[in-house]
Amino acid sequence: MDSTLLIVQGLNGLQLGVMLFLMAAGLTLVFGIMNMINLAHGSLYMLGAYLAATFQRFTGSFAAALAMAMAVTVIVGMLVEVIALRRLYGRDHLDQVLATFALILFFNELVRILWGPQAYFMALPGGLSGHVAILPGVVYPVYRLVIIGVGMAVALFLYMLIMRTRLGMLIRAGASNREIVGALGVNIKLLYTLLFGIGAGLAGLAGIMAGPILSIEVGMGESILILTFVVIVIGGIGSVRGAFIAAILVGVADTFGRVLLPPVLASMVIYILMAAVLCWRPQGLFPSHG
Amino acid sequence: MSKPLARLVFALVLLSATSGMAAENVKIGYIATMSGPGASLGTDILDGFKLGMKHCGDKLGGLPVDLIVGDDQLKPDVGVQVASRMIEKDKVDFVTGIVFSNVMMAVAKSITDAGIFLVSANAGPSPLAGAGCLPNLFTVSWQNDQTHEAMGKYLQDKGIKRLYLMAPNYQAGKDGLAGVKRYFKGEIVAEVYTEINKPDYAPELAQLRAAKPDAVFVFYPGGMGINFVKQYAQAGLKEEIPLYTTAFTLDQSVLEAMGDAALGLLNSSFWSPDLDNPVNKKFVADFKTAYNRLPSLFAAQGYDAALLIDSAVRQVGGDLKDKDKLRAAFRKADFKSVRGSFRFNNNHFPIQNFYIRQVVRDENNVLTNKLVGVAFESHPDAYHDQCGMKW
Repeated sequence: MDSTLLIVQGLNGLQLGVMLFLMAAGLTLVFGIMNMINLAHGSLYMLGAYLAATFQRFTGSFAAALAMAMAVTVIVGMLVEVIALRRLYGRDHLDQVLATFALILFFNELVRILWGPQAYFMALPGGLSGHVAILPGVVYPVYRLVIIGVGMAVALFLYMLIMRTRLGMLIRAGASNREIVGALGVNIKLLYTLLFGIGAGLAGLAGIMAGPILSIEVGMGESILILTFVVIVIGGIGSVRGAFIAAILVGVADTFGRVLLPPVLASMVIYILMAAVLCWRPQGLFPSHG
Repeated sequence: MSKPLARLVFALVLLSATSGMAAENVKIGYIATMSGPGASLGTDILDGFKLGMKHCGDKLGGLPVDLIVGDDQLKPDVGVQVASRMIEKDKVDFVTGIVFSNVMMAVAKSITDAGIFLVSANAGPSPLAGAGCLPNLFTVSWQNDQTHEAMGKYLQDKGIKRLYLMAPNYQAGKDGLAGVKRYFKGEIVAEVYTEINKPDYAPELAQLRAAKPDAVFVFYPGGMGINFVKQYAQAGLKEEIPLYTTAFTLDQSVLEAMGDAALGLLNSSFWSPDLDNPVNKKFVADFKTAYNRLPSLFAAQGYDAALLIDSAVRQVGGDLKDKDKLRAAFRKADFKSVRGSFRFNNNHFPIQNFYIRQVVRDENNVLTNKLVGVAFESHPDAYHDQCGMKW
């Protein structure tokens, strides 16, 4: 593999990584702080893509579609939390898995009713459809560079939010000891709803960003959900920093595995990576619980 | 003879008499991928099948139809569960549908072993066309390799020297590339198999660009095809290296989602919406009226599946018990296909023409396929010699 190809494949790995991070950040917070397994996280990703494609068709603007779709996904996420998930916090993980799996079926059917069974699509925003030479002889699609940029910006935003704000302090406190935070008089219900909204918004954002590259279809959330779980397990449950590093690791490993290894082995690379990390650090790379 | 015994004998006589008479209705089990990335195929075949039923007077072979739909979710194990429920609980007379070859490989034997006729409206894996051919399996679509062979021949005739091949890593993907290689004799730069349903092809496209082939041939059906063709154009490869494929990647149900990324691409198929015969014209026009969209080749296959079952049931006068008679009726394929000439080979796979089509915008600015050439006339599949069935 020559250096040009190495750079392009590195960017591909990075791009897959930041997409996974957008998904994993929300999932790991919900899992780590609320101790809630939410399989329906992928449904919010799918919903984000469908909403953005629809809004783009009505408004003709990608930016407007992005803002509107994200807002709606946040609202849907919070509604789901208030209506359904809130009742599950006290239950054990098996109940949560069952209930949120039901939510996947519900959302898939809802999307099929609203948008039909055929794949939906979303055009690339005008100026971002081409490709640029990032180095002489190394061309890369502009839109994928934008994805990398957005992912990095979100990572920075989350870092600031968690490390520098009062909300972030509560999130960190909640991740290490939920009961004490509640006992200290913090409105834990509101915190959970907010947190779930943030997670939903990030999943929606991932879906919106994926929309122009992928075919938007029922079930698109499930394939990325499995990878996302791998990421949060490697990163350490509850840790956004762990999710970021694990997402990039998984993205790069998957990309290079696919081009360097035979297909049978390539599809296992990230699971081998997960097994190796778990052998070495059973808590994941950056566990947030003591 | 005592009275009760006489009654019993009378009842038995009646019973044996009815077994030779027409069934009251015909139960069809429709198994296909109705959810997830392969869903558009399953839906299209079903819509085509229903239109076929409608054209047969909402009946098949003169009998009212009980249509039971099952979703295999593109998972062989789920397909097996759905099939066994239809065999044991619903007691269906026929099973049709079956989009994906991996599902077909899992269910074909158990369905046909139960004495049920299986009419494949899509999947045509090579093992079932060769030594593993089944007396109760009729494939109304094609053998997997055939459509690819047509494009292989076209590329060979065109004088392409260095060809790059890509397909998903499953039976139909391997059959497809084997089909191209059977007729393309130039250099194969690389033969890449990707994980099935992987949504992103960026790493593979970077490798492809670096290999600098003369042309690329891919087989990516359904949602995989949308992703591939869009990403191929987004990477700027469409202008750089010509992309050739089959109708499975550029069928009507995915063209709108691909948009201009698909425009101008060449693909091979046994069927095209502008194929000039009266059955096809009626099918295309009525499909548009009924569903408010253009039919795909999958819908055409579903339509022909309904017509084939109709013809077989009609010939045996609705008597579904005599399997040998029914099989003989199926073999005649006595129906007017949307593709014009159609007949079964000894292995119950079709002998048919294959065409080259190009993606264009029609007079309503809708993306569709247009015939641009003929690749094969009356083309049999490559495996029929290995099948032991003779008739």
